[in-house]
Amino acid sequence: MTPDAALLTEMYRRMCRIRVFEERAIELQRKGEIPGALHTSVNQEAAVVGATLALRHDDYMTGTHRSHGHPIGKGAGINRLMAELMGKATGVCQGRGGSMHLADFSVGSLGESGIIASAVPVAVGAGISAQVRGTDQVSLAFFGDGASNAGAIHESMNMAAIWKVPVVFFCENNQWAVTTSIAKSTSVADIAQRAVAYGFPGVIVDGQDPVAVFTATTEAVERARRGEGPTLVEAKTYRTLEHAEGLPIPAKYREESEVDAWRLRDPLPAFAKRLVSEGVLTGRQVEEIDRDVDLEVDAAIKFARDSEFPSVESVFDGLFSDPIVPLARLR
Amino acid sequence: MVNTVAAPAPTSAARRKGRRLTYLGAIREAQYEEMSNDPSVVLLGEDIEAGMFGTSGGLRDEFGPARVRDTPISELGFCGAAVGMAMTGLRPIVDLSIATFTYAGFDAIVSQAAKSGYMFGAQAKIPVVYRAAMFYGGSDAAHHSDRPYATFMTVPGLKIIAPSSPYDAMGLLKSAIRDDDPVMCFEDKNLWGIRETLPEEEFFVPLGKAAVKREGSDVTIVAIAGAVRLALQAAEELNGDGISAEVIDPRSLVPLDWPAIFESVSKTGRLVIADPASRTCSAASEIAATVTEELFGQLKHAPVRVTTPDVQIPFSPPLERTLYPSVTRIVDAARKTIR
Repeated sequence: MTPDAALLTEMYRRMCRIRVFEERAIELQRKGEIPGALHTSVNQEAAVVGATLALRHDDYMTGTHRSHGHPIGKGAGINRLMAELMGKATGVCQGRGGSMHLADFSVGSLGESGIIASAVPVAVGAGISAQVRGTDQVSLAFFGDGASNAGAIHESMNMAAIWKVPVVFFCENNQWAVTTSIAKSTSVADIAQRAVAYGFPGVIVDGQDPVAVFTATTEAVERARRGEGPTLVEAKTYRTLEHAEGLPIPAKYREESEVDAWRLRDPLPAFAKRLVSEGVLTGRQVEEIDRDVDLEVDAAIKFARDSEFPSVESVFDGLFSDPIVPLARLR
Repeated sequence: MVNTVAAPAPTSAARRKGRRLTYLGAIREAQYEEMSNDPSVVLLGEDIEAGMFGTSGGLRDEFGPARVRDTPISELGFCGAAVGMAMTGLRPIVDLSIATFTYAGFDAIVSQAAKSGYMFGAQAKIPVVYRAAMFYGGSDAAHHSDRPYATFMTVPGLKIIAPSSPYDAMGLLKSAIRDDDPVMCFEDKNLWGIRETLPEEEFFVPLGKAAVKREGSDVTIVAIAGAVRLALQAAEELNGDGISAEVIDPRSLVPLDWPAIFESVSKTGRLVIADPASRTCSAASEIAATVTEELFGQLKHAPVRVTTPDVQIPFSPPLERTLYPSVTRIVDAARKTIR
């Protein structure tokens, strides 16, 4: 499926939304307005948006610790996401989850996981559920190059293969698991090769090209929807920022030249340029989108700042669906 | 106070014939009734299509391969998959066979099942049941003999049941399947063959409600899972000495029926806890500590724990035999509180 002009424009808008959302989040984290760790996907937006736009609204997905972009890509509103990053009561998870544990069930985002690879089986389960319930929904599991060596992924791929689960395993290979390179950690040059072991297709795609990612993921989604089982899509991308904001890494673990080379492949200006050269957008329209997104993120920050923190009394809310009163409260 | 479940409407499909059931048969019947009643209930686990331990025989033929499926030996994978199933409209029962296999699924149970409801701001309910049989006392040695419910009691967000009879196995499991939160069901292998005549009509045992198995006035014996029948025998023996023991089976460890325990200990002033699990940070320890904090002034003796010592379970029968709570050890503990 070739994306039309409207979809290409939406692709650019969502990539921008993720970039600006995260750049502003970095500032807010440095100022102390966002507590805790913050892992951004700067430079990986094309992979995120290409994959999420290949999904239908009622399709499911699970995310990772580096996952602000996934719900944004799938169409979640950013006000409640930003409020969640600040730990506010209006946050999408009521201030229980924070940056690494976003979820927006209203757009099929079944949650992100601070534990590497841990949510991948959950995505498989959502796919099994669609099969059992007789719907044609598809589930997509995001994971990284580091996660590709975790047992949960391999158990998931085998289960998905034997039961032809409608699931897409989407690897954002950003080359570095904190300070460990894929070359050091991984038995194969391309993670997509691993699909061979489970008897389903593995596809490598340029993660800096949102159209290529969209096209490959759409094929995988359609295959899953037809009942033909899983596909592994590996998007080659790169983490240009540090593993987490404010995380001091004592030793130098990668060459600055490597980072610089990937900075030159920043998907945002490249995609904007391409849309203009192909006549999809004018330069002015690109600027308008950029400005709109800035305003949207401004509004999200204002919404989050204006929101209250959850009340201390609410701390047990949501632990159980029918409240168990802790013994301390019986007194 | 404690969690109670309103009695749901009877299921039409509940089978009434042959209600004299073993513990295992009661578990199968609970699964059969709930699967008949609700098409969202599904069963998955290793070797369940063949009905290996006797809790799933014939269910695949009855409900089909989509709802009853053998899994590969991938506990981490299928324990996690069950969470995704539970989030999206199913009510999975995961048969983990032997309780030590929960360790292989631990991340899925703790990081996903227990946390996803709370951590995502109650956007999803996680109605999953993890069933696991506790093998112990049969020379199964260290890899197949743990009683790990206390490990999971330290994880907020999990409910935990430990039935001690066919009646409770059936009633608790049916409630667990209908519960909207993750529930772990620890089944005691030493009770598998026990038979009981169950009510003709459908019944439920609510989570969080203890059973007073025997009334008494001198000492309270709180007993868990397989230790309940030992405690009842101990109470009988104590009765011969003129000591009146009350026996309480909490049935659910989370939520725990504190009011029932407090009421009994307020009456007797003495507490023995018989718990087949190992001693440190056990359910017995938690009950002893909490009762001491809450009822210190009413206690006539410090609570006494009868547990398994902190040692791996050895293979050789003479080594293993003496480790678990026994009638003698429970009697001795009760006497100790009275001397």
